[in-house]
Amino acid sequence: MKPFAYVKPADVEAALHAAATEPGAKFLGGGTNLVDLMREGIEQPQTVVDVTGLPFDTVEDLPDGGLRIGALVRNSALAADPRVRDRYPVLSQALLSGASGQLRNMATVGGNLLQRTRCLYFYDTTSACNKREPGSGCDALDGFNRSCAILGVSDSCIATHPSDMCVALAALDAVVEVRGTGGTRRVPVTDLHRLPGDTPEIETDLAPGELITAVELPPAPADSRYRKVRDRASYAFALVSVAAALEVSDGTVTLARLALGGIAPKPWRAREAERLLTGGPADEAAFRRAAEAELAAASVRDGNAFKTSLATATIVATLRELSQEGAVR
Amino acid sequence: MSIKYAEAEPATTDATKYVGRAVDRIDGPAKTTGEARFAAEYSYPDLAYAALVHATIPRGRITAIDTAAARAVRGVIDVLTHESTPAMKPPPKPSVLDLSSMVAGTSVNYLGTDEVHWNGQPIAVVVAETPETARYAASLVRPAYQELPAATDFEAEKHHAVPQKSSLISEASANKGDAPAALAAAPYAVDLTFSTPPQSHNAIEPHASTAVWDGDRLTLHEGTQNIPWTRRHLALRFGVPEKGIRILSPYVGGGFGGKGSVWAGTLLAVLAARVTGRAVRLALTRESVYHTVGGRTASTQRVALGAEADGRLTALIHTSVSRTGRTGGSGEQITAGSRHLYAAPNIHLQQNVVQLDLLANTFMRAPGESIGTFAMESAVDELAWKLGMDPIELRMRNEPERDPLGGQEFSGRRLREAYALGAERFGWHARDPRAGAMRDGKWLVGMGVATAYHPSLQMMASVTVRLEAAGTLVVRCGLHEMGMGTATVQAQIAADEMGVPLEQVRVEYGDSDLPPGPQAGGSMQTATAAAGVLAACAKLKRTLTGLARRAPGSPLRGTRPADVQARDGGLYAGGRGLTYKELLSAAGRDHVEAEVKGSTLAFMAKFLRERRKWVKAATGAHFCEVRVDPDTMEVRVSRWLGVFDAGTIINARTAASQLRGGIVMGLGMALSEHTLIDPRNGRVVNPSLSEYHLPVHADVPHIDVEWLNEPDPNMPLGLRGIGEVGITGVAAAVANAVRHATGKRVADLPITLDKLL
Ligand SMILES: Cc1cc2nc3c(=O)[nH]c(=O)nc-3n(C[C@H](O)[C@H](O)[C@H](O)COP(=O)(O)OP(=O)(O)OC[C@H]3O[C@@H](n4cnc5c(N)ncnc54)[C@H](O)[C@@H]3O)c2cc1C
Ligand code: SF4
Repeated sequence: MKPFAYVKPADVEAALHAAATEPGAKFLGGGTNLVDLMREGIEQPQTVVDVTGLPFDTVEDLPDGGLRIGALVRNSALAADPRVRDRYPVLSQALLSGASGQLRNMATVGGNLLQRTRCLYFYDTTSACNKREPGSGCDALDGFNRSCAILGVSDSCIATHPSDMCVALAALDAVVEVRGTGGTRRVPVTDLHRLPGDTPEIETDLAPGELITAVELPPAPADSRYRKVRDRASYAFALVSVAAALEVSDGTVTLARLALGGIAPKPWRAREAERLLTGGPADEAAFRRAAEAELAAASVRDGNAFKTSLATATIVATLRELSQEGAVR
Repeated sequence: MSIKYAEAEPATTDATKYVGRAVDRIDGPAKTTGEARFAAEYSYPDLAYAALVHATIPRGRITAIDTAAARAVRGVIDVLTHESTPAMKPPPKPSVLDLSSMVAGTSVNYLGTDEVHWNGQPIAVVVAETPETARYAASLVRPAYQELPAATDFEAEKHHAVPQKSSLISEASANKGDAPAALAAAPYAVDLTFSTPPQSHNAIEPHASTAVWDGDRLTLHEGTQNIPWTRRHLALRFGVPEKGIRILSPYVGGGFGGKGSVWAGTLLAVLAARVTGRAVRLALTRESVYHTVGGRTASTQRVALGAEADGRLTALIHTSVSRTGRTGGSGEQITAGSRHLYAAPNIHLQQNVVQLDLLANTFMRAPGESIGTFAMESAVDELAWKLGMDPIELRMRNEPERDPLGGQEFSGRRLREAYALGAERFGWHARDPRAGAMRDGKWLVGMGVATAYHPSLQMMASVTVRLEAAGTLVVRCGLHEMGMGTATVQAQIAADEMGVPLEQVRVEYGDSDLPPGPQAGGSMQTATAAAGVLAACAKLKRTLTGLARRAPGSPLRGTRPADVQARDGGLYAGGRGLTYKELLSAAGRDHVEAEVKGSTLAFMAKFLRERRKWVKAATGAHFCEVRVDPDTMEVRVSRWLGVFDAGTIINARTAASQLRGGIVMGLGMALSEHTLIDPRNGRVVNPSLSEYHLPVHADVPHIDVEWLNEPDPNMPLGLRGIGEVGITGVAAAVANAVRHATGKRVADLPITLDKLL
């Protein structure tokens, strides 16, 4: 690993100052992604600004019935929070389906939001990768791309955003609070990540030195769940995942929230499917029509063509189960 | 290495005997308390750390190598390249006259050449004051290459495969009758093509070496499955006397075949220590293991079976292609099981092999048999579907009375019993034979079976047993303890033979100063060492009996040797006798020792003689139940039972662990393991535990294992090796269960959901 300087600021101003003034600075959360990437030589910060001493490690109720989650809350703690488990099961389930117990104990909300892709060629520094080295090409296009994205991709990059938590946050209309030296701003989580276009190396809407301080959730929809499909029963990234919330009244869908993971360069809010579902019948055929419409724009390669039908099947199954549970209730 | 025996479990049957009991592993306490030290955990005052630089092209020459930036890093001691380092002696050509010549993982003379033979080959070594410094500096070494065309794509190259050569131990082909004609004429037939992917070694302990030179004397802390051959190999490569090399390998953190050869890391640690004059530790990163230690070959296989309507096979064809590296590895015995499994009158077997510009392949738990049984046992299952016959019934109708090819007797074979017992325990009769007919809630449920098969071999070992005046029995043999209970079972055997309590037996192992043990490979170590221990104990008893019959005042004076028994801590004939302590004291000796020496020639002679008479093997019946999600086609294994005919079981606990471990590894092969080698440049692109999917706990159900415990009439104590039989057949049992659940035959491992959608 390339030698670097390490600072651990005591307050947020000092952290922002360090990030703004130290050359090549990077924030350090749990380090489960950043340190890995530094070991591989993919990230080479000159200064690491450890933010885990900042007071953003609590989950608080908001007056409107929502929740405010500090950016330094650990993934395990958030998944176990009774309010999250009770009101936002989709979020708790998504967190628990990610990584391993040890990693979740370390990982922070802020770090999870900004974790980088697991594309095999991004990790192999001898390969061509536009994201790692702009302009070098993309070895995934004609290489092992089974895990790669099918929506929102470009000719320069087809990598996925690998987070489970973010998919749940996208379905929940979460808002990310960001602080820079110029002040605080609020970004809907669905606008935080960018599609690759010609600049896959630019992954988010954040300016250099901006710090994520919190995530806010509006009041919870009725019933929600997270379904993750992967190659082994645990400790694997999603091939496809679905975060869904559904409210049904007299057989008609009154509210639908749908976000997809494992298939796009960002947590993918399925707005087209939601539009088709809302006001329609809560039946298998309608679910399928909505899923197919969302995936109509899929652009697949040899290795990941199966994701279109897998995503469709997973969406239908998740909505079916939600609607059946609703009927029982 | 020596550990005093911990206490034993109560006896299951005979209170005076230890063989058969579920005795705790003697290395258990040291490992659970952290007292056990592995090769990368030995410290020396002047210890330095090494890291490898890997080639990034599949084939070519290094035209320049810039080490300036690496050398400039503070704490770097030296950067070794082919330009700066005196070459080792080249590895010897493999020859049956000196079996140790087979231990070289590859034929590349690392740092002695500018040639690159695979993507990932080590081309430089950085030695530094800390491991972090060494790794960082290694990332700064800049080689320049002249690239040469390389064949790295197994799919594209497999058509160039040539027939594999048979060896003395393993035949690569067989023909009986006219299998193609019989297949064409068969009223029922299946003809299937299978493929299996490359797989990599992922022992919990990545390979590590700590090397210390003192003049021409070398001490090497190493995790190895083959101490004597490694020692001889190092002596040859470094031109020093063999007896000046001491290899210490008391604990090996898993081997599975991956530590059965000498790979680059070992050689380069020893070289780096020689060049820098420092003690050097080279602990491979997980990624370096993928790039420098061979793994399982990819394969493509054809199995064609012809049968009568009653299920009797008329034709059996099994052909395969595997690959080696151009600089090492060997063809695998993929069709070996098919020689013995089914009574077909017409048989054609042929193994083929193609050389690629990739890292050499190597042994990996049941090389050949594990992937060969996947194909054969899947095809038999498919034939059962075609015939509309129960797959166990089909197997029983074709169970041979004698070896189908050679006509030899089986040295005990109880597959019928294994299947019968398994079917009853597993509830096979509750299986609805129709595909997709069984459900549990939303889940599709499927049940499948497959046969396990692995030959029982024995090599040679030298063993000494020594009775000390205090009554301790010391067994000395350079055994390899990789966590499977090697030392424990030999202690049990020796305790029984000499009639002493287990607590008084000490087994010394894992050290080249001990009498050379057998390599830990081919499921041979336990039987081989047992034969040595039995022979040495018999010799010791004869000596002791002689002493007892002569010693002044001995109650055994004048007894016939045949009447003397070793029991209760001494020698007895009828009601008379004396303890070993009394005997040694009466004879005025502080110890009595017996030694047996292994001989390669004797081993080969015995092997060839016995092969004509018997076919010896451990066999078994796997029963698998899967659940398949009907929407996403995720496969989860929900129940497992393996019933084995594996001879005498020496230790019920360690045996169960071996068999279960084999099954778990088989689940990885069946469902998820796949080394992704980019066909464009031979690069492994998933060299990590995150992206190379071993089974995790959630993938492994409770696994029941049972055994028939019938001694093999022609093996020492009736025992058969059990290290590998567990994995054979597993992938087929899973595939067959998936076929039952979904109606789909997946012939291409691993069985991932995309192949079922
Ligand atoms: C083996 C393995 C398996 C995994 N499996 C899964 C999985 O199945 N599903 C899944 O979702 N994830 C998985 N992960 C990823 C894991 O969730 C992330 O590594 C983790 O969430 C990152 O959090 P962290 O706090 O450790 O981030 P860090 O590694 O500390 O940081 C990650 C990035 O975020 C930046 N950062 C951190 N905090 C802030 C902040 N407050 N403001 C601005 N920038 C910040 C850092 O500069 C860095 O760029 C896996 C990881 C590993 C190693
Ligand atoms: S898909 Fe993106 S991350 Fe992967 S190699 Fe191509 S450019 Fe790099």
